[in-house]
Amino acid sequence: MEKRIRWISGLSILFFLLSVVGVCSASGLDAFKHENGTLRISGGTAHIPVMKEAAKRIMEFNTDIQIMIAGGGSGAGIKQVGEGLVDIGNSGRKPTDSEIDKFGLSMYKWAIDGVTAVVNPANPVTSLSSKELKEIYGGNIVNWKTIGGEDRPINIYTRDKSSGTRSVFWKKALGKGDISGKANFVASNGAMKTAVTNDPFAIGYVSVGYIDKSVAPVALDNITPSLQTVQAGEYNVARGLYSNTKGDPSGLAKKFIEYLLSPEGQKIVTRKGFIPVN
Amino acid sequence: MIQFKEKIAQTFFAGASFFCVLVTLCVLGFMILLSLPVLETKMLWPILTDPWSPDHGQFGILSMIVGTFYLASFSLVISFPISLGCSFFIQLTHPGRSGQCLKKIVQLMTAIPTVVYGFVGVFLLVPVVREIFSYGSGMSILSASIMLAILISPTMILFFSQSFARVPKNFTGAVDALGGTAFQKIFYVILPQAWPGVLTGLVLAFGRAMGDTLIALMLSGNSVMLPSSLLDSARTLTAHIAMIIAADFDSIEFKTIFICGCVLYLMTSLGILAARLLDWKHA
Repeated sequence: MEKRIRWISGLSILFFLLSVVGVCSASGLDAFKHENGTLRISGGTAHIPVMKEAAKRIMEFNTDIQIMIAGGGSGAGIKQVGEGLVDIGNSGRKPTDSEIDKFGLSMYKWAIDGVTAVVNPANPVTSLSSKELKEIYGGNIVNWKTIGGEDRPINIYTRDKSSGTRSVFWKKALGKGDISGKANFVASNGAMKTAVTNDPFAIGYVSVGYIDKSVAPVALDNITPSLQTVQAGEYNVARGLYSNTKGDPSGLAKKFIEYLLSPEGQKIVTRKGFIPVN
Repeated sequence: MIQFKEKIAQTFFAGASFFCVLVTLCVLGFMILLSLPVLETKMLWPILTDPWSPDHGQFGILSMIVGTFYLASFSLVISFPISLGCSFFIQLTHPGRSGQCLKKIVQLMTAIPTVVYGFVGVFLLVPVVREIFSYGSGMSILSASIMLAILISPTMILFFSQSFARVPKNFTGAVDALGGTAFQKIFYVILPQAWPGVLTGLVLAFGRAMGDTLIALMLSGNSVMLPSSLLDSARTLTAHIAMIIAADFDSIEFKTIFICGCVLYLMTSLGILAARLLDWKHA
């Protein structure tokens, strides 16, 4: 008898655990159960790793849903969602008041992201003062030797003006200082990473979410940019990651944004190297 | 009945060509219309001569115009001799199996998308250029024009060998009968006969080199300085348009890209017009 009770209680605990796990894993995705159709997303390139993972999970859960993700930069995201070309336009900066007024945008901030200067992993320079960084980007320090590296010219990489990553780096790391005319321009966070990975004498900047073995982050005023230092507010070159819709979101777009803000979505945010907002 | 069919065909083809002309003109009209807001503010001259520095209120595209010319011309300098040599090989010195084989490969090359060339350039060519000259990032006019040269050479090779093939057989036969060498045949008979075709091929290739976007965007570094050497990074008009198109609609940056479009349009049109004029004078 006692044995049987133990057996039953064991079984019920097992069931309980299973059901809890089941509820947990479906809690975020359940909303997509009876949906179908296409969701078009474009804009900020820093957002892409999270977008991709969320889209993969949703499309695996319900194969009737198609989610298309494109880059283009923050400016393009805001413009395209305003024009109705996409359902969600991402931006790595808060849309300006005139943009919000003109298009009637609703904004949702779902993560905080640091932007960090990066160099090639082979570069011995791993720490700079903000004055040095400004002088490098301004074109006053032109050789790595001056700051403890090899005797080779510094190759500066930057982004075009519509980039949200550029806008926060320029404001908070360079103090709106000049960027040398000699700087090379690349078109996305991914292209920046490729450029710096391939060029041992490069300096560029990417979203912290893009940092891996192929590029080395540069400590700014002795603070290493990382999830922890950004979260603690010690590393302050940071910005919100926004998803914008024209008017109030509806249908798939609404559920997608809700999913990003759900515990599961926020877990993806953390896993991809960003700071969750909830 | 046959006449009726003939008429239908005629109207159809006339309609098609008219449509093509119309679309081309509409594009020009559209661009001029959209650049009007900038033209009205009398900003045209500063735009054509200033440096590009939006943070300081300067929106000049001079360095992009120069960059475009620099890049397209240098890629022609590289690919012209190569293309000429290849078409001699195909049409004159090895008209047999090896020539045909080369021709097939060249035809195949026309189908390779430019992004593939760009990709190969980023990973294979740029590091080599950087290490050889140990100057700059390797993303330079040199790297971009080498890849562009590969891109445009099939156009030239096919065009050149076509125009060589049109040189009458009895001319070349006469050279052989007189005991002329292959060199003499090429330089005294074929080139003087076929040069309008060669020129047209050259202009078409120049237009293609100017119009290509991705190779320039991926390989030339896109810096906004006036380039002073082949190893400098430079930005072309096409790459400039591709980068700025994401800017805010209402910004001056965005409005100036229509001027870029007009300039690009006029540059290519003038080139083609000049070639046609030369061609026509000699025909």
